[in-house]
Amino acid sequence: MAVVFEKTKMLTDVPFHYCPGCTHGIAHRLLAEAIEELGKEDEAIGVAPVGCAVFAYNYFNCDMMEAAHGRAPAVATGIKRVHPDKLVFTYQGDGDLASIGTAEIIHAAARGEKITTIFINNAIYGMTGGQMAPTTLEGQVTTTSPYGRKKEHCGLPIKMSEIIATLDGAAYVERVSMHDVPNIIKAKNAIKKALQYQIAGKGFSFIELLSTCPTNWGMTPADALEWLKDNMIPYYPLGVKKEVEL
Amino acid sequence: MAKLTINEDACKGCSLCTRVCPKHILELNREKLNAKGYHPIHCINMDECIGCASCARMCPDVVFTVER
Repeated sequence: MAVVFEKTKMLTDVPFHYCPGCTHGIAHRLLAEAIEELGKEDEAIGVAPVGCAVFAYNYFNCDMMEAAHGRAPAVATGIKRVHPDKLVFTYQGDGDLASIGTAEIIHAAARGEKITTIFINNAIYGMTGGQMAPTTLEGQVTTTSPYGRKKEHCGLPIKMSEIIATLDGAAYVERVSMHDVPNIIKAKNAIKKALQYQIAGKGFSFIELLSTCPTNWGMTPADALEWLKDNMIPYYPLGVKKEVEL
Repeated sequence: MAKLTINEDACKGCSLCTRVCPKHILELNREKLNAKGYHPIHCINMDECIGCASCARMCPDVVFTVER
């Protein structure tokens, strides 16, 4: 018998601290496998965010740097400019990237920094206890929107991929989901492609992964995946938002 | 003929794997608690496993190793 699936060497043996059923674990694995398949294990440098994934530096088997809240693209810019031959990625959630770090991500993309950003969108602040995020859906109940998010009060959720895709420096932008196995396979291919754009020096690459937060959504992990499919995908359509020639 | 190896102590009992298994042979082991205090997943009929690795792709905690 041949091994058809085993844990990638790009992940350490440290068990994830995430809640049961949290899709952060899947996203970590996909990114780690993509780096391994590209043979860049020794050249990868990651930047961890603030949020649930703050301990990402314990899980990836490569050099990692922890950035201040939202500042991962700025830190990654510095790393990439000093080490242009390295594969530099940031891994950020929606509170980190779409709220406090909006300026950093927009300008890193506008400058066309040759880095890759993995953006985890679960429509809520996870680590701090389920507050409303810029990506929280209209009507969604959170601890700071107990009657549901209202458009007249908070506007509508920000679509980060579409915003990044309007910027000239962005080379590859795609939104994928992790709600079932076929979409998880597509998500990995998207991450791998984004890294290839960086390796080819084409510019900024950005992958948005629609994710769940069973704990703060108040659902079972299985129900959370269904909720993602039924509610998030209609508002956050999947697909390639920008693609320059590779 | 396939073989599934489960790292039981890494399992958090989220049961996402049971949802994607085409043979419905994964279940929480209610007789057992792991080091984290969860009922870990176990395979109730290894002979039926086809080694598709759907469980492994869905698992957020990378507990499965699949051989075929």
